[in-house]
Amino acid sequence: MSGDGEFITCAFIPLTDCAILVAAHELGFARQEGVTLALRRETSWSNVRDKLALGLVDAAHMLSPMPIAMSLGLSAMAADISAPILLSVNGNVFGVSRALAQRLREETGAVWGSDAAAVGAALRQVSRPLGRRLRIGSPWRFSMHTLLTRYWLGRCGFDIAGDIEFVVVPPPYMAEVLGAGEIDVFCVGEPWGSSAVARGVADLLLAGPSVWRAAPEKALGVSARLRDDRPEALAALIRALYRAAGWCAEPAHRSALAEILAQDHYVAAPSELIERALSGRFITGAGGDVRTVGGAIEFFGGAATFPWRSQAAWIASQLAWDEPAIEPARAMSVFRPDLYRAALAPLAADLPAASAKIEGSLAQSTEAASTAGVVTLGPDTFFDGSVFDPDAGAASMGATKNLTP
Amino acid sequence: MSTRMPTRIAVIDPNRERALLIVDGLREAGDYDIHLIGDAFSAAKALKDIDPDIVLVDLQSPTRDSLESVTRASGPLERPVAMFVDRSDEAMLRDAIDAGVSAYVVDGFAKERIKPVLEAAIARFHAFDRLRAELEATKQALAERKLLDRAKGVIMQAKSVSEEEAYAILRKAAMDQNRKIVEIARSVVTAAELLR
Repeated sequence: MSGDGEFITCAFIPLTDCAILVAAHELGFARQEGVTLALRRETSWSNVRDKLALGLVDAAHMLSPMPIAMSLGLSAMAADISAPILLSVNGNVFGVSRALAQRLREETGAVWGSDAAAVGAALRQVSRPLGRRLRIGSPWRFSMHTLLTRYWLGRCGFDIAGDIEFVVVPPPYMAEVLGAGEIDVFCVGEPWGSSAVARGVADLLLAGPSVWRAAPEKALGVSARLRDDRPEALAALIRALYRAAGWCAEPAHRSALAEILAQDHYVAAPSELIERALSGRFITGAGGDVRTVGGAIEFFGGAATFPWRSQAAWIASQLAWDEPAIEPARAMSVFRPDLYRAALAPLAADLPAASAKIEGSLAQSTEAASTAGVVTLGPDTFFDGSVFDPDAGAASMGATKNLTP
Repeated sequence: MSTRMPTRIAVIDPNRERALLIVDGLREAGDYDIHLIGDAFSAAKALKDIDPDIVLVDLQSPTRDSLESVTRASGPLERPVAMFVDRSDEAMLRDAIDAGVSAYVVDGFAKERIKPVLEAAIARFHAFDRLRAELEATKQALAERKLLDRAKGVIMQAKSVSEEEAYAILRKAAMDQNRKIVEIARSVVTAAELLR
């Protein structure tokens, strides 16, 4: 390759989980693969979607349901988008306003919990007397934030249609909107949850992994043009991101990574907040209590970058709540483990042999067949013990059941 | 509703200078009923009252996502404002997004009536960008000149030389070190402050 090699533009949103994109550029992983990765910071998911759909960028940091929503024509700007690699697993946190936290403390004795069923029941208890729908801040309609919240609360006694309403709020503004009393609860990617606590307007409630232990959070969305017209460039980018993910996952690199991400042209948030988020440590309220959560955010461990078709199927099953005509097979074809495998073949990386799994069936780290032997997959349980078989579809999860009487 | 005259346009842009530029541009482009919304967070409520045919939104506005959710139902109980981005002229849409503006139009709005509005908006967004770039360049030039003056002052005092001689010293250092004269000036000023 000559000159700058392959020039690839990629949009991103200021969040801790843009880490592997930033690391790929800043630490030279992209350059080593002959790729000049030009990162374009955006202020909204609408902009990311539109610029990718219209070909103004080649690729994008995306909420994992977005490529599916765009490809299936569910979103305003339909476009053929593929997801050949995940950029992060988990990384979200739930929080409440100080007022609601106070009520939780008074009525149930605690705010933060690690048992999603118990926290959900407590939330149900304090939200009933409000006499109105609980308003939940989420960054985007087609997001794991919205899907996980609906999944969680639906199984904790909430009537999704009548008891809750989602308010779209960009992550950096979650604190402001919560403080202004326009929402009661939020689900947001770090560091914006911790930022809200630091600003004195929120208490944290629950870590995202407590609902689903291995939720695909961000995916690399690529345009059809990059995928079809420049396959070598895309493969090189996937290799660069895979390596960058390995680097980001090392505990010894967290401090340096946090410093890099903290800069104004990336996340523009204090590096201490970002480092805590990378380490799974949460200051949950004004009291300064620190909670540590395993698997709070994953970049590489447990095959985190692998775009499982079953994850796409789960997303489709949850989107079906207000898009009943969604076809699971079409959704599954948006995630491209085949492109992932082909790209990583030169690295002789050890990858899972299967491209789909029964989501929720792994209670702990488990060895699974891999291309070279065995690979370790992390736990991926749902808080209510359900499992999701992509072949059986939504039916295998059973009806949304209430866990509280 | 789709043939209402004059066309009612809501402009959402928290940047007041640019918003006024756009309003000017729209007035020149045709006879429109224009409403300015500065605070994008309350735009959703404002839009319901205004009932516009077209909404122009600045892409820098982080609250564009909130606006998006208002234009489409987020659940079966939500009633959307029923506006969407018109993709019939994708080249123009690309130009618009590239310029930093997007337009939502009400269902049934005549496509040929969108074009002059969007073109006027695109032109004004570009104009604003140029103005802002010029302003930045002017500020930068002014700051550099002030720095240079201070550096000259430091050298004149330290070495008892005239202003021209002080400038010559700075210029020689810049050439010798292959740096810009303003960088040398910055070093001189910083050193002087530290050594005070």
